[in-house]
Amino acid sequence: MNPEVIFSSAFWNWWIIALTLANILGCWWLISWSAKKVPGEAAVGEVTGHRWDGDLQEYNNPLPRWWLWLFYITLVFSLGYLALYPGLGKLPGLLGWTPQKQYQEEIAAAEAAYQPLFARYAQVPLEALSKDPQAVKIGQRLFVNYCAGCHGSDARGNPGFPDLSDHDWLYGGDPRTIETSILDGRNAAMPAWQEVVGDAGVDQLTAYVRRLAGLEANANLAADGEALFATYCAGCHGSDAGGNQTLGAPNLHDRVWLYGGSAASVRESIAGGRNGHMPAHREFLGTEKVHLLAAFIYSLSRQ
Amino acid sequence: MSHEIVEKNIGLMAVLVLLVISVGGLVEIVPLFFLKSTTEPVEGLKPYTALQLEGRDIYIREGCYLCHSQMIRPLRAETERYGHYSVAGEFVYDHPFQWGSKRTGPDLARVGGRYSDEWHRVHLNNPRDVVPESNMPAFPWLNEQLIDASLTPRKLRAMRTLGVPYSDADIESASAAVAGKTEMDALVAYLQNLGTVLSSRR
Repeated sequence: MNPEVIFSSAFWNWWIIALTLANILGCWWLISWSAKKVPGEAAVGEVTGHRWDGDLQEYNNPLPRWWLWLFYITLVFSLGYLALYPGLGKLPGLLGWTPQKQYQEEIAAAEAAYQPLFARYAQVPLEALSKDPQAVKIGQRLFVNYCAGCHGSDARGNPGFPDLSDHDWLYGGDPRTIETSILDGRNAAMPAWQEVVGDAGVDQLTAYVRRLAGLEANANLAADGEALFATYCAGCHGSDAGGNQTLGAPNLHDRVWLYGGSAASVRESIAGGRNGHMPAHREFLGTEKVHLLAAFIYSLSRQ
Repeated sequence: MSHEIVEKNIGLMAVLVLLVISVGGLVEIVPLFFLKSTTEPVEGLKPYTALQLEGRDIYIREGCYLCHSQMIRPLRAETERYGHYSVAGEFVYDHPFQWGSKRTGPDLARVGGRYSDEWHRVHLNNPRDVVPESNMPAFPWLNEQLIDASLTPRKLRAMRTLGVPYSDADIESASAAVAGKTEMDALVAYLQNLGTVLSSRR
């Protein structure tokens, strides 16, 4: 960002400088004026005239000199600070320090330290990288930071957010496909069928889909659902319901359920559709970090 | 003993005390109202849409700012996790700003686009459904309560009084924009917009 200090009027620059300096000089004057009495001038035993409990009195000695000096030192320090660092209006300070510059230096130091490592790993094919313990560990750290919110810190997913540690893949589990999924994101598009097939149709399809996975469901309903499936669902899920990884349409035979396999969940998926969205990370993380993430995720499915 | 003059004249002392303590504010706060980087929006910043503004009010009502800051400091440890550090010009349409001062949960200054809308719905309904370790409270009622569309134009008008450049058309269409929307819709719309005006690679 623009580190330049731009006021609507030059007045404010001088306002800050004048008030700051006047404040420091004013403090200086106040201390020297009120501490006019220097050590040695005090009459020994001079008291304020207050009297408590009959005979308790208060000496009126000047401040100890070391204490007085501390006040002056803070004033000198503040002047030195204002000379070295930005503070007096638009004056940049002799050191030229800005928070932006300090941040850039911090980033540059980190780049110098880690960039060669990322660059080296970027050249390693994912299969080999997934066997490199250090690369996998870096990938795991990145995963916990950027991916765990949805997929869980153990990568085992949550309802609606795929388990990445099993061997079932919506879009394919080969390393390049995993990397593509992370880089460019995925947008699932399971339409809502309520309007098309009606309540009865949804019930029939629900029964059919549950029976495909070997779960308990009404056989008569399921039999009616088979024809509906062939008409409406086979286009994406395949006539054998084996799924289609190009479209991200899941295999319905296995018992891996992204949104749950209960009759209610299956019904909800069919009636209302599902539109899972995996955000793209190409711009967000850059290809080199994604490469390490893909290696980590690929390593999970091979354990 | 010149200090006696101050110590024994309480009126004089009050004046001097007032002078000293006001210098800090006069030097550090007042000029900010005339500083370009705090008063002018960063390039591309848009006022909140009617739905986002309603979502912001939900954010304030539920006290999200008590556990979530919206202020990324210029430190590498923060920008690696949250993205580009926050700049003052991003907040010129925020009345009041939601910077917060405590992070029980993560910073939200650039949470926009990080998660899908569906994730936010699941998460706000019950955070444990997606983050088992989470200790954030659940907000299931957001799904059930509707936004009061009759108040929305007044909220936009109040913001315009404070300097947010809403047009008459914005205010006229505000009610229609939020009609029938739940508080969840509004809050998700607000969250998905947060910090999206500046981006950087993490």
